[in-house]
Amino acid sequence: MQISERLNLTFAALADPTRRAILARLATGEATVTELAEPFAMSQPAISKHLKVLERAGLVSTDIDAQRRPRKLEPKRLAEAVDWIERYREIFEQNYQRLDALLAELQAKPSRRKQTKKQH
Amino acid sequence: MPKPAEVTRPSDREVRVTRTFNAPRQLVWDAHTRPELVRQWQGYEGWDMPVCDMDVRVGGNYKWQWKNREDGSQFGFLGTFTEVDDPSKLVHEQYFDPGDMDFAMPTGDPCIVSLELSERNGLTTLVCTLRFASKEACEGALSTGMTDGMEHSYTRLDDMVKAAA
Repeated sequence: MQISERLNLTFAALADPTRRAILARLATGEATVTELAEPFAMSQPAISKHLKVLERAGLVSTDIDAQRRPRKLEPKRLAEAVDWIERYREIFEQNYQRLDALLAELQAKPSRRKQTKKQH
Repeated sequence: MPKPAEVTRPSDREVRVTRTFNAPRQLVWDAHTRPELVRQWQGYEGWDMPVCDMDVRVGGNYKWQWKNREDGSQFGFLGTFTEVDDPSKLVHEQYFDPGDMDFAMPTGDPCIVSLELSERNGLTTLVCTLRFASKEACEGALSTGMTDGMEHSYTRLDDMVKAAA
């Protein structure tokens, strides 16, 4: 799967607050569907629907215990999405740090103003 | 030292960048609208900015172009201003011009960029919202275009980030 397709699925999965709460719970350890449904005013089938979306995105997997079938978090896929936003943020931040320097320069007293440096 | 920029996704087709600056709002506005100032901070590691034309008025156009210092490849952005409310709000269309870059950012419908500035106690908060034509355009632009395109310079960005940590 292309990285952008994977990211589409990941972001769609993360777009829902219930699914984000499920991920937060799974981040503390694996859990069965019953255990996951407990804090929500939601039926198990409704929770299962959310879990399917998360599983399709590769964010959650089912552990091998055939009876309990606990779900667990797949941190690598989540890290990929976070990393992507983080890269984007870093590009903006890099520019904004240069803007910080420029703004400081523009506000400096005229007598102390240095020749502004050429970009890059 | 101001807090770093925050990036959020208000909807599946929008990206919002929020950042505070230690400066009056007018100065931050000027830094975004005067070409001689824009050149000094907008850009990417390893890229020069040979074109920075801006006609900041409703219906006026702008054009930004970057050129890679190592291999000379170019790309840029261009568009028209639709709202100009000095010094609090600036809205413009943003078309991507791939130049000779190889990456697949969408070039059809523009992204709408809106900058909102507010000042309190000498600190200016900038909220920059990029609204894409569709969810696919948003994720395509950001994931493929931004990151793959910036692979050119990303290793240097990595080093910078590590050094700054």
